[in-house]
Amino acid sequence: MTAAPVLLQGNEAVAEGAIAAGARFFAGYPITPSTEIAETLARRLPEVGGKFIQMEDEIASIAAVCGASLAGTKSLTATSGPGFSLMQEMIGFASMAQIPCVIVDVMRGGPSTGLPTEPSQGDVMQARWGTHGEHSVIALVPSSVLECYTLTIEAFNLSEQYRTPVIILSDALVGHMREAVVLPEPGELRVAERGTPDCEPEDYDTVMSDLDNILPRPPLGSPFRVHVTGLVYNRRSGAPDTEAPEIASDLGRYLREKIYHHRDAIVRVEEMEMADAEVAIFAYGSVARSARAVVKWARAQGAKVGLVRPITLWPFPTAAVEHMAAQVHTVIVPEMNIKQMSWEVQAAVGGRAKVVDYGRVDGKLITPAEIKELVKREFYYHDWRDS
Amino acid sequence: MSALVDEQKLEAAPHDAECKPPRIKPHTTSEITPWLRTPKTIWCPGCSNGTITRALIDAVLGLQLDPEKVVVVAGIGCSGRIAQYLEYSTVHTAHGRALAVATGVKTADPSLHVIVAMGDGDCSAIGGNHFIHAARRNIDVTALVFNNSIYGMTGGQMSPTTHMGDKSTTSVRGNVEAAFDLSELAHAAGATYVARGTAWAYRQLVDVIAGGISHTGFSFVETMAVCPVYYGRFNLTSDPAEFLKSQKEHAVPVGKFEDESRLRERYPVGVLHHSERAEFVASLQAMGDKALEAAHG
Repeated sequence: MTAAPVLLQGNEAVAEGAIAAGARFFAGYPITPSTEIAETLARRLPEVGGKFIQMEDEIASIAAVCGASLAGTKSLTATSGPGFSLMQEMIGFASMAQIPCVIVDVMRGGPSTGLPTEPSQGDVMQARWGTHGEHSVIALVPSSVLECYTLTIEAFNLSEQYRTPVIILSDALVGHMREAVVLPEPGELRVAERGTPDCEPEDYDTVMSDLDNILPRPPLGSPFRVHVTGLVYNRRSGAPDTEAPEIASDLGRYLREKIYHHRDAIVRVEEMEMADAEVAIFAYGSVARSARAVVKWARAQGAKVGLVRPITLWPFPTAAVEHMAAQVHTVIVPEMNIKQMSWEVQAAVGGRAKVVDYGRVDGKLITPAEIKELVKREFYYHDWRDS
Repeated sequence: MSALVDEQKLEAAPHDAECKPPRIKPHTTSEITPWLRTPKTIWCPGCSNGTITRALIDAVLGLQLDPEKVVVVAGIGCSGRIAQYLEYSTVHTAHGRALAVATGVKTADPSLHVIVAMGDGDCSAIGGNHFIHAARRNIDVTALVFNNSIYGMTGGQMSPTTHMGDKSTTSVRGNVEAAFDLSELAHAAGATYVARGTAWAYRQLVDVIAGGISHTGFSFVETMAVCPVYYGRFNLTSDPAEFLKSQKEHAVPVGKFEDESRLRERYPVGVLHHSERAEFVASLQAMGDKALEAAHG
């Protein structure tokens, strides 16, 4: 017997997903449209033995999250554009020091204060490149309330497995939308626990993670007596070393490769009606909801339109896009920004198909009607009965 | 004078036996060195950071803390390097962020002794917001500030504790800004243990650090450091010994300190403020225990 559906908001689903994932620490600062995540966790975390702190700003929030995670507790923060900008410094620290943590960015219109209450997808490149220096990151994009729940659990699993910050790119629409959802039963979804390194503390400096065996980080206050640093460090001993170019190169390449080497295992893409598609829509997050309706509408009228929906935005689903490019003649990329992901699609398509970008930055949703018009232009010979 | 709304009665202890820090017997070099990861530091000859590092180890040994439970969280700058030299669990964070990271560490695991090492600019310029809020929360960490009145790592720029008129590479004609009194700032923001020591008076320094670590609540220990290479050379003396001797003249025991208008030439040392009020993590834990009980009967 399945559980009864519950009416849940996207932001609330993120909070419940975090608890189901074993997160027991949240630090944050109020900001529209993410505040409900903090409010829900302020109420819920103490009920499960967790701790909630409201910090003095977003820099402090992500810093406290790093500290709590280093002390051995699964931790997250949630914010929106202006706060996400402030967090970039410590996202870089988490990346460099390989601290598992989850950052939820409920995207709103920007830059600056922008459109605080309206949805946007303007932070997708900031999620990838916002912090300085060579690094890699994992970013997931939910497009429904249920995914807000399940992807939050997945985000924690990935962050623990790859010892990296994971970003959830929600938006004002997905975050504030309410849907009736049946949440998975406890135990139904895999929850990755943080282990301890499989070695004696005195040997810890002599064992080293490699791409296929990323050692868990021992907590502060354990016999391992780790040193954690944002400086370039020797991957074996953990000691900072800014004099040796080969040490810096080894670390820099490792931080990138530990994600990219596992791209096939990390990246998830949902395809709809792609088997024989001639035109593909590449859409993510809330825009994918409109795109799905358009695919149904087109198929009902015999037009071979499909949808490629990245669930993982970073690392970029290059293989799926290359596969799509070999099959369709046109890829339509509707997004609530100007060309941010369409550039990336174009790079992966490599001239094998036409890429049509369509962007909005007015805080308004991209409707099925708008995408229909884009589709119609690519089927000028088709006899459309229903507009 | 505290800047807090008096919701919790601040019970200030007077400057008497009650707030005297523990007396620590200094340890021998062979007792100290096992707690250093390396004999080499990047600190300049004549820098007092090594003295302060030794004082911290002395205090931890003297209090007989479980070394496994000692966590040192440091910021960026000359002082921040202490993290990589100490043989405890250590975190070398980002510039100004040490107290915010430490807040997460202590909240997630209250069993840890969290000591936060910061420079004057680290603590009160880029990290000023985290500083006043950590003090306001009264979180049980010990903030140890290495105050050398200058940004040393970047080559001698003025900081919020550079005195008016002082020279630096960014105040070549003399600083036109007023300096912070960090200890009074900590007190006003709600710190419940505030002490100042000098690199000159080693035993007192060890004692006030030990007092900070053994205090429950936000403790702030300002150590007056000497930077002969930058601050000294521009303003006082580039001779480390002369610089240290000047501290002997500047530092006045808190009970005898009267002339508050001349902080540049005279400053009080010892335990400046000491009071008790609810500690942040304990309060959070108590509230959480109630919520847990209500949720699960």
